[in-house]
Amino acid sequence: MKNKRSADDEKKGKWTRLALIAFCEIFLLIFLAIPLVYILCVAFREGWKVYYASISDEYAVKAAWLTARATAWAVGINTIFGLCAAWALTKFAFCGKKIISALIDLPVTVSPIIAGLIFVLTFGRQSFLYPYLEKWGIQIIFAEPGIVLATIFVTFPFISRELIPVLNAAGTDEEEAAALMGASAWTIFRKVTFPHIKWSLLYGIVLCSARAMGEFGAVSVLSGHLRGKTNTLPLYVELLYQGYDYTGAFAASSLLVVMTVVVLVLRVWLEKRGGKELDVQK
Amino acid sequence: MKFRTKESVVPGFGLAFGTTMAILGLIVIIPLCSLVVFSANLSLADFWKTVTSPRVLSGYWVSVSTAFIASVVNAVVGLALAWTLVRYDFPGKRFIDGVIELPFALPTAVAGISLTHLTTENGWVGKFFLETFGLRIAYTRVGIVVALIFIGIPFVVRAVQPVLEKIDPQCEEAAFIMGASPRRTFWSAIFPEILPALISGFSLAFARCIGEYGSVVFIAGNIPYKTEIAPLLIMSQLQEFDYASAASIALVMLLIAFLILSVNAFVQSCVSKRGGGLA
Repeated sequence: MKNKRSADDEKKGKWTRLALIAFCEIFLLIFLAIPLVYILCVAFREGWKVYYASISDEYAVKAAWLTARATAWAVGINTIFGLCAAWALTKFAFCGKKIISALIDLPVTVSPIIAGLIFVLTFGRQSFLYPYLEKWGIQIIFAEPGIVLATIFVTFPFISRELIPVLNAAGTDEEEAAALMGASAWTIFRKVTFPHIKWSLLYGIVLCSARAMGEFGAVSVLSGHLRGKTNTLPLYVELLYQGYDYTGAFAASSLLVVMTVVVLVLRVWLEKRGGKELDVQK
Repeated sequence: MKFRTKESVVPGFGLAFGTTMAILGLIVIIPLCSLVVFSANLSLADFWKTVTSPRVLSGYWVSVSTAFIASVVNAVVGLALAWTLVRYDFPGKRFIDGVIELPFALPTAVAGISLTHLTTENGWVGKFFLETFGLRIAYTRVGIVVALIFIGIPFVVRAVQPVLEKIDPQCEEAAFIMGASPRRTFWSAIFPEILPALISGFSLAFARCIGEYGSVVFIAGNIPYKTEIAPLLIMSQLQEFDYASAASIALVMLLIAFLILSVNAFVQSCVSKRGGGLA
């Protein structure tokens, strides 16, 4: 009786296994692979020449540069913030830690449109800051600084969230020992803390730059939509798409797809490297 | 009460804390406060009139209902994906594990135009569905759900996967030795363990999908009362420089997202008090 049951179960288990694997592969193929392949198909449907002409268009190049600049700013600021926040939150005990970590995580749950809206309300015409900004000749919304601010906001927690768990797990013993032996803050960070977080920091930077390059909603609110001036690559894609220039839109998208694929490969590689390093430390 | 609850010999608190608060203040706290200050100046009557106008109500309904359906689908599919990735070995497993993150890394606008172009009447997928099932995807609510499923895939998988990896195989062995069928083992021994993680992944995906904009605007077609989502309503108010209405609509959306996340936090705290679950 018992043997029969387990044989039945085994057979059933095998079928469940096959069915689940097949389901997952088909689902991911339909949902993830087809849209990606489709972008490349449409981008190249009129041949290499048209493709090259679309991506080397003056406005496309300008949009790509603006995206690169905004991404560099976002990654730079978020790296500084991530390192400081992770250091402050994991190495010291103080009041209000929970509130601070909740505030750091907040931007991910806020809709990108609302993220854009709050910056418009802060620096826009009805804000109390506006007269001062006008006097000093600083334009933030509908200009590049607004795009940079929005990009920083939507990618805000990505780096600190990678670092905090690692530093929490590492504890403070090593840093305390180093401090008692008279090491300066910079030496402690460089020699003791940094080796622990090296890979997670890189991982966070990769995630942050991927999201920063692709941000659409928040940037769309804050951009003046001026061709060649305040159009980032995703906004440029929208512009072409709405102008029914599908080949152009998909060609510009293909640049972003290449970036995505690079990010995914880097991610897998970093996880492997980081994982190995952790094993060695154990 | 002292601000620092415990002195530490590690140096650098002032610099790290100061920089953290300065950047946090500029990027998150001041802009959020300006939303609060701005809304405080709105009259309650105007606020109420804006958020209960039929068009706005239908926008909320479209956003919340499509996000809910998409997140339920993602919870089921995400659980199956996480289970398959943790429990089985098959060719291409590493590749699939890497690809799960694609919707997170792919720019939303790119995902949006690709899904839209595929599912219109002349697209590869749209043609197939229209001819076989008579179902239109692009420019309908079905299309919105499709885009949101795409966006939400990584949330549930990444929430459930680590918990599933950590489950002690002894639980299962014990259940098996006591004669439970595989189905019973799953529902009584494994499912309760991963339920908190599943709920947390579901709520994150739900909250994120309600606010999603980039991938949805293209596929939705933005027909008022039918496929117009709440974030788009904020966008159109902003384009008319009607900041008061935009802020009112945004406040209600923030409230909805906040509610979802609080329910999740409440569930998680109940679970950790009970002592079960790993999340």
